[in-house]
Amino acid sequence: MLLSLEPRGQQSRVMLWCSPLLAAGLTLACGSLLFMLLGHPPLLTLHTLLIAPISDFYGLGEWLVKTLPILLCALGLAVAYQARIWNIGAEGQLLLGALAGSALAVNLIDMQSRWALVLVLCGGTLAGAAWAGLTAWLRTRFNANEILTSIMLNYIALNLLLFCVHGPLKDPAGFNFPESAMFGDASRLPLLSEEGRAHAGVYFALLALIAVWVLLQRSFVGFQIKVLGLDQRAAGFVGFRHKRLIWLALLISGGLAGLAGACEVSGPIGQLVPQVSPGYGYAAITVAFLGRLNPIGILFSSLLMALLYLGGEHAQMSLNLPQAITQLFQGMMLFFLLACDVLILYRPRLKLHWTRRAPVATTVGAL
Amino acid sequence: MDLDLLSNILYAMVRCGTPLLLVALGELICEKSGVLNLGQEGMMLFGAVIGFIVALNSGNLWLGVLLSMAAGMLLSALFALVALVFNANQVATGLALTIFGVGLSSFIGAAWVGKPLAGFEPLAIPLLSSIPLIGRMLFAQDLLVYLSFVLFALVAWALLKSRIGLIIQAVGENPDAASAMGLPVLRVRMLAVLFGGAMAGLAGAYLSLAYTPMWAENMSAGRGWIALALVVFASWRVWRLLLGAYLFGLASILHLVAQGLGLAVPSSLLAMLPYVATIMVLVLLSRDALRTRLYAPVSLGQPWQPGH
Repeated sequence: MLLSLEPRGQQSRVMLWCSPLLAAGLTLACGSLLFMLLGHPPLLTLHTLLIAPISDFYGLGEWLVKTLPILLCALGLAVAYQARIWNIGAEGQLLLGALAGSALAVNLIDMQSRWALVLVLCGGTLAGAAWAGLTAWLRTRFNANEILTSIMLNYIALNLLLFCVHGPLKDPAGFNFPESAMFGDASRLPLLSEEGRAHAGVYFALLALIAVWVLLQRSFVGFQIKVLGLDQRAAGFVGFRHKRLIWLALLISGGLAGLAGACEVSGPIGQLVPQVSPGYGYAAITVAFLGRLNPIGILFSSLLMALLYLGGEHAQMSLNLPQAITQLFQGMMLFFLLACDVLILYRPRLKLHWTRRAPVATTVGAL
Repeated sequence: MDLDLLSNILYAMVRCGTPLLLVALGELICEKSGVLNLGQEGMMLFGAVIGFIVALNSGNLWLGVLLSMAAGMLLSALFALVALVFNANQVATGLALTIFGVGLSSFIGAAWVGKPLAGFEPLAIPLLSSIPLIGRMLFAQDLLVYLSFVLFALVAWALLKSRIGLIIQAVGENPDAASAMGLPVLRVRMLAVLFGGAMAGLAGAYLSLAYTPMWAENMSAGRGWIALALVVFASWRVWRLLLGAYLFGLASILHLVAQGLGLAVPSSLLAMLPYVATIMVLVLLSRDALRTRLYAPVSLGQPWQPGH
């Protein structure tokens, strides 16, 4: 028996959307196998990982809290990836947003009006956009590969953040812990309900979701971005300004990630700490691909990813499994997705017999 | 600055540049054959954790090194399957490999964080190591560094002087022509990817068994990515790769230099230096688009299937 791949000739729309589901399913199957090997009963572990964390009201709130930054980052990445701009820098842009937001918030602690929050969020968004703008500038002006520059900027942002929490932004009354002072109430995002930590950032996420959907699916700029992604030469021939599109895609991408960072510090955390993000910006890469770079798809995949984050914490507490299980599942899922995507263009065929390949005709004695 | 300090800096520079050199050599071969594997960071970490666990449990450092290379190859085989056989986008697959490798290594290594291990000790070659200035740098290193010299020589010879090098480059420059000549394009690319995986695993083993004999999450700290930039820096030429690796090694020990000179700069700011240097180098070398186009393997990153 032999499994072979046969070109479909066109892409299969069914597989386009089934492949992420298949990937998620395969990840769970592989995960169960892994749990079994480690001596944990798979069904119970999956329950702990995926169902137990959200089985009460508090858990649902936490789910929203975790979804928010991932969703915002992934929406931004989708815009960039549609243009084939490989922005890997969502993590750094998020950190910079958190850093700038905190720098503002710490200086506005005594401000009573709600403008403090507006300033913090805008500052964060702008800082994220500026950090991504750096990548855009290096790419458009110097032709530097945006994958490498944005990754390097992630590490630089992290060190910048560490420098600030150990230095200029450290709480003078904080017993020398590397943390900023707690923000004033005016610069905190309001909570959605008395219980839990779910906060008003959810509205921004919904707004961003709609905005990105309109941009990508309904606007001319979105069309230009997609054309640029599909064929840069074609975009050039019809006169789309590709440098401007690169700037735009990266600024949107960075701005959303920066907003996510500002929301994190002014929402659930309430101060600047070294561990602002447990890799949300990297998770967003998987989420964007899993959601097929489509805002609605991304909504669902970010919910799934946030659930994995929650489950990872939960599994660490109750089963003593390493929290890195979240990243492990992330990587598996992306791998399976890419592998399953082969089915979009190809059809698997099961050949029941080995067939000897027909000998290639050769001409003898003639040119 | 006195001679002793300078000799120490050179010594540390080579030590620090060695993991970069190892990964970059593997990636160079890979890219020469036309495959862009962005998964170096993941393979390196997986190699590091496997090497560490094996060495700690068996007490045999070389077994650790060997299995870490096998671990790197295992992950690169995954990459080869998805990117070369299934023809998935190489950039996305490489990213997936990194995310997967980072997660897998943290998952496996969680129980081993902070355990002490007696790693590779420096082995000074008598006489040669007492040459002033460069003696310590070249002849008082540990065995893995010597191995990296040998591997560099091998790769340089293979690329510049041997038939294998010609085959790899033919496949990377023009896979259609290479295939028409009867070269097994996919097989060559797969072997190149596997070689890259083994080198990344070895670099990981160097980190966890020699450079800092311990395991910590994300201990490679972006070296896999810096190595990718190094290949661009070297314009895909092997001698410049050696130079670049040690230059980057120097950039990442500048905090030691600063301490030696009595400068007080916060460590987190100095820790940025290798990353800033990487960006600056990328800017300097990519500015000239024509140059990049001339030196980069023509089919780099493009999927290829027989019979198209």
